[in-house]
Amino acid sequence: MNVTGLHDWHIARGAKMAPFAGYDMPISYPTGAVEEHLICRRSVGLFDIDHMGQVEISGKGSSEFVSSLVSSRVSDMIAGEARYALLLDESGFVLDDLFIYRLQNSWWIVVNASNREADLEWMRSRAPQGLVIDDRSDETYMIAVQGPRAIELMDAVSGGAVSKLERFTSARIEVAGVELLFGRTGYTGEDGGELFFPARKAVELWELLLAKGTELGIETAPIGLAARDSLRFEAGMPLHGHEISPSINPIEAGFKWACDFTKDFVGKKALEAIVEAGPRRKLVGLDVTGGVPREGCAVLASTDGVPVGVCAAGMYCPTVKKYAANAFVPPELAKVGTALAVSIRDKPRPALVVKRPLYLPAYRR
Amino acid sequence: MKIDPNCRYRSSHEYARKDGAEIVVGISDHAQESLGDIVFVELAEVGKTVAQGDAIGVVESVKAASDIYAPVSGTVVAVNGELEGDPALLNKDPYGKGWLVRIAPSNLPEWEGLLDPATYEKEAAKE
Repeated sequence: MNVTGLHDWHIARGAKMAPFAGYDMPISYPTGAVEEHLICRRSVGLFDIDHMGQVEISGKGSSEFVSSLVSSRVSDMIAGEARYALLLDESGFVLDDLFIYRLQNSWWIVVNASNREADLEWMRSRAPQGLVIDDRSDETYMIAVQGPRAIELMDAVSGGAVSKLERFTSARIEVAGVELLFGRTGYTGEDGGELFFPARKAVELWELLLAKGTELGIETAPIGLAARDSLRFEAGMPLHGHEISPSINPIEAGFKWACDFTKDFVGKKALEAIVEAGPRRKLVGLDVTGGVPREGCAVLASTDGVPVGVCAAGMYCPTVKKYAANAFVPPELAKVGTALAVSIRDKPRPALVVKRPLYLPAYRR
Repeated sequence: MKIDPNCRYRSSHEYARKDGAEIVVGISDHAQESLGDIVFVELAEVGKTVAQGDAIGVVESVKAASDIYAPVSGTVVAVNGELEGDPALLNKDPYGKGWLVRIAPSNLPEWEGLLDPATYEKEAAKE
């Protein structure tokens, strides 16, 4: 089992730990997952996400290479810009979702922890001569600082370096003498950023941020993976392995917007055929009554209880105060307002197709 | 962990406390702490006859669902209606406002056979 540099810190803090993507991670702290979620939405949450992978691509042909491998338009990205992208296979299935940071002389790509090895293998096997693909994961520590007061906190430790940054841009900033890459990006639907810095500085920077929050009276708390999941879920963001996966294509999951059909990319032909024929199922949001829907729960027709689909994820949502699921259903049942049911412990519970996202991300307000 | 000295306990962490002619049933402080934030509670209906050990409900925490078992046989005479709107009561006050059901016992000696507070505390501490 792998551990992050803050592993002992989490345990000393009383965190409940569990394996995730091969890492022993904090699921929640004594604060509790519900309150941790609420703290992030009202002030600042710190997330140890060092399990994530970072790949740096540089050298001859790197821009063309990245463009050919991911679904999103990236050739127009200038240094300092950051963008969401999908890594697809030839059949149009989602191998991973990525965040791509265009740097001065390279492409900095954040990959999911569980797919790091597979993504690197995929990239390396397709890389032309002269291209450099570096796995920066082990030497790089990654944390997220998210919430309506996150930028205020980060400004306080960086000499005001982040409030001037637009969403979806990055810059090199300095915190307590440590130079780091700051991206005004995130996975919670709140403002804030993600920080990349030398791994040995993890405890120092983490504790510095908490101390600065206390000093300035900005409520700041460590947030575990359970709250990370409910935050991203409310904000309509996918978790690979659930709403997107190697058996799900972007069209049925609602990610056509992340596919640039004006360029060539792996999976383009397959997706064009799917767009032409229409997807065979669609990802919808379900508001469920009478229980907590979870991944794998069957979605049933409300009239006769016939199974029509399945939940990709489901949970209690602390901000919108709903029991909700993301589920794949036939396109004709995907309209907002459609009445369905979800089977929870062998009993059908009423479910209504609702508009996604449940909670509008800050960058869309 | 908080132990209510007036309760007796099952190894599966339910408590049973005598209150007049009825038994108040809930989950222990150790249980609520292990489960984490409770987000939904499903309980048997009033009038249901249960045998000791029968499932009488489900407690859903953020990441998992746990079955609740009747500590004694009898009839369910009341369920805690507050839990629908505030399942967190189980975390905040498991022995008080977070009670789950009240049972009219059909075999009161069963209560004596449950774990006494000291024994339960020792067992739970080992987990």
